[in-house]
Amino acid sequence: MKTGMQLAMALLSLGGLASNARAQVTPQRLLDSGKEPQNWLMYSGDYAGHRFSALDQINASNAAMLVPKWAYQTMAGGKFETTPLVVDGILYATGQDDRAFALDARSGRPIWQYQRALAADIRPCCGRVNRGMAILGDKVFLGTLDAHIIALDAKTGSVVWDATAVDYRNGYSITLAPLVIKNLVLIGVSGGEYGIRGFIDAYDAATGARKWRFYTIPGPGEAGHETWEGDSWKIGGAPAWITGTYDPATNTTFWTTGNPSPSNRGEGRAGDNLYSNSLLALDPDTGKLKWYFQFSKHDEHDYDATQVPVMIDQGDQHLIVQANRNGFFYLIDRTNGKIVFASPFAKVTWSDSKDASGAPVARKDASPTPEGNRVCPGAAGATNWMSPTYDPQTRLFYVTAREQCDVFSTAPQPYEAGHAFYGSAYFPNDDAEPFTGALRAIDPHTGKLKWEWKHLSPTWSGVLSTAGGLVFTGDAEGNFMALEAASGKALWHFQCGASVYSSPMSFAIDGKQYVAVAAGSALFAFSLP
Amino acid sequence: MLSAKNVRLSDPLKQPRPWAGAFFTCTLLLLMIGVFAASLQAQNKNPLAGDPRAAKLGEFEFRANCAFCHGLGARGGGRGPDLTRAKKRHGSTDPDLFRTINEGVPGTAMPPNGATQQGVGMTEEEIWQVISYIRSVEKKGEAAAIGNVAHGKELFNGPAGCSTCHMIQGKGGRIGPDLSTTGSTRSTGYIVESLRSPSRRLAQGISEAMKEFSQEYETVTVVTADGTKFMGVVLNEDHFTLQMIDTREQLHVFEKDRLRSFEKSRESLMPAYDQKMLSDKDLQDVIAYLLSVGAQ
Repeated sequence: MKTGMQLAMALLSLGGLASNARAQVTPQRLLDSGKEPQNWLMYSGDYAGHRFSALDQINASNAAMLVPKWAYQTMAGGKFETTPLVVDGILYATGQDDRAFALDARSGRPIWQYQRALAADIRPCCGRVNRGMAILGDKVFLGTLDAHIIALDAKTGSVVWDATAVDYRNGYSITLAPLVIKNLVLIGVSGGEYGIRGFIDAYDAATGARKWRFYTIPGPGEAGHETWEGDSWKIGGAPAWITGTYDPATNTTFWTTGNPSPSNRGEGRAGDNLYSNSLLALDPDTGKLKWYFQFSKHDEHDYDATQVPVMIDQGDQHLIVQANRNGFFYLIDRTNGKIVFASPFAKVTWSDSKDASGAPVARKDASPTPEGNRVCPGAAGATNWMSPTYDPQTRLFYVTAREQCDVFSTAPQPYEAGHAFYGSAYFPNDDAEPFTGALRAIDPHTGKLKWEWKHLSPTWSGVLSTAGGLVFTGDAEGNFMALEAASGKALWHFQCGASVYSSPMSFAIDGKQYVAVAAGSALFAFSLP
Repeated sequence: MLSAKNVRLSDPLKQPRPWAGAFFTCTLLLLMIGVFAASLQAQNKNPLAGDPRAAKLGEFEFRANCAFCHGLGARGGGRGPDLTRAKKRHGSTDPDLFRTINEGVPGTAMPPNGATQQGVGMTEEEIWQVISYIRSVEKKGEAAAIGNVAHGKELFNGPAGCSTCHMIQGKGGRIGPDLSTTGSTRSTGYIVESLRSPSRRLAQGISEAMKEFSQEYETVTVVTADGTKFMGVVLNEDHFTLQMIDTREQLHVFEKDRLRSFEKSRESLMPAYDQKMLSDKDLQDVIAYLLSVGAQ
């Protein structure tokens, strides 16, 4: 009898836990992500793309005491690019080769693990990577290297639905973390190296049914189609391979696109090549284009615009900030797509003038040549997919920069479905000095550099800022570090044992703050002792 | 035996090719790999050998996947060997090249197919195309070393002083790179430049698995907190620490913020061997010696 009562009480308290601690992630919770800083509910932490944590337990006064609390090993090779999600004590993340897993966020112990059975002939461009998941209700969502989008049961890791976005054999893959808006799951595709036709899709979170598709290259009869020569639009690239942001006030989602194909040869695709290397403002309910801004017209240097479009507000100004792969820092009015200003944040030689609107214009002599032409930034860009952060306390924008010029050469290449389609090669220039990197703190309203932290060599780590007055980033030499957000002074570092190819995040459980980052084959979580 | 681990299976969207047709209808992955490995095993020769179109297609693949390290025209770059030389360090036959491209070379910067940051993974057909391209740019008949090998060896171990810092086959110093394989991987032009202008391009040291750029043989001078000075070569370095070997071949590890001073220079510790230090004739002899060692 007593035992029975105990059991009943235990069940009751479990039920209580389920309704409180394990409440479902609703669209409203995603909108109000700032109200629950202990959780990290989407790729960039919030819809604005700030990658800012309001947690301040770890701060400038105690960061030096940070210690690793646990590590989770995927035991997989290749770049580990994930940003985990944390919801009420459970951490969800993806790994190399389309792994996914749920962990006890306090201990790092796995609850479930998933790995997709990938065909041998998938076409990932740049590693068998995945950058993370999205969550809604009792499902988590990820895109796959064979260009599917799948929903997993957040409690078991079982596949709930599996939707084919497109035939991967033509060069498509998906590597980004999806973005959930209302009851839709938004994704974009990778494949700018294969001559794809890029698109952004929205799927019903409940069923996996596709609700809309926006082709990033307009078809016949659509505005912008005239910016492509002949049939080049069919294989013109313009992938969308980094997660977008969302402005609920205007019900607009912002997505960015990558290079036109072939990436380093403009012959055969005369015109601006819309909407390659662009910022797109879409209606999330319909996928209809509201406006666009193209950063690099008729690009021949692989200057993808695939950096998270970060939303900031100043007074009644509603803006998008982007430090672009082409080396310019852009401030754009997000109500209409008009440029406010652009100024270089790294060495730039491809442009030496601006048009009437203030947008940088390419030099005629910056094109790749058969023998090779040295241009800055190089093909990896002045920055890349690694996330920047905006800290509303310091009101600074922090971005990983790379100082590298490359020699761009070009060669004619016939298109073959599913085969690499560069029309080019690029290789590091023969400079005596080694290439370097930096974390740059920029005043977004002026574009001026506030401070920089020099990296010995370029890094692929993103940046996290926190209310503790800190920014966290990693380097190619394997260090993960905390810097003072106001000054860039190093306060703490930890040697992860492999280059950091991911963007960090922060969460709390039982009132204890953690900072997590993936490096090598491991996901690390750090906290105060 | 060749492994199909890294290669991408051929494109099922395209017309079957007779040498690859066996696995289009297979559905079981293990079976596929088994059949695939068997078909590769039988492939002792490039099926596209001598096909100029294959060589041209291979050039596109080479530019996208290989030129980053091996340079345009396969003439070698900062870290990739000159592939226009007929003799390849890790095997010169068609299956050797296929294996090297597909599986990489453990312990070197050569990654397995599809694992680089640059370019995309290649199909079996594309790898054979790249091999066709490499064959098309190979120099017919190795440029026989015109120098005197025996005299070069004498200079290396004696008057020229090379062995003070460089090791060949287990003999010599540890401050500079081991030169046992240099003759088989570097172009003559690269070796000449390394001797005449060693600071022009510093030699590369440790390559870490996920790090894009290798450590270089930079010169470093430190003064420790107690005032001891060490000069030597950087073995590795990060923002906070330094690992070095000094000119007396002692290893040192330091935390930079505990040093009184820390200075790096891209002026190589190796002297620039000008005409006075090493005549053109003697230079040829030293190169002949390096080539003869590399060929072993």
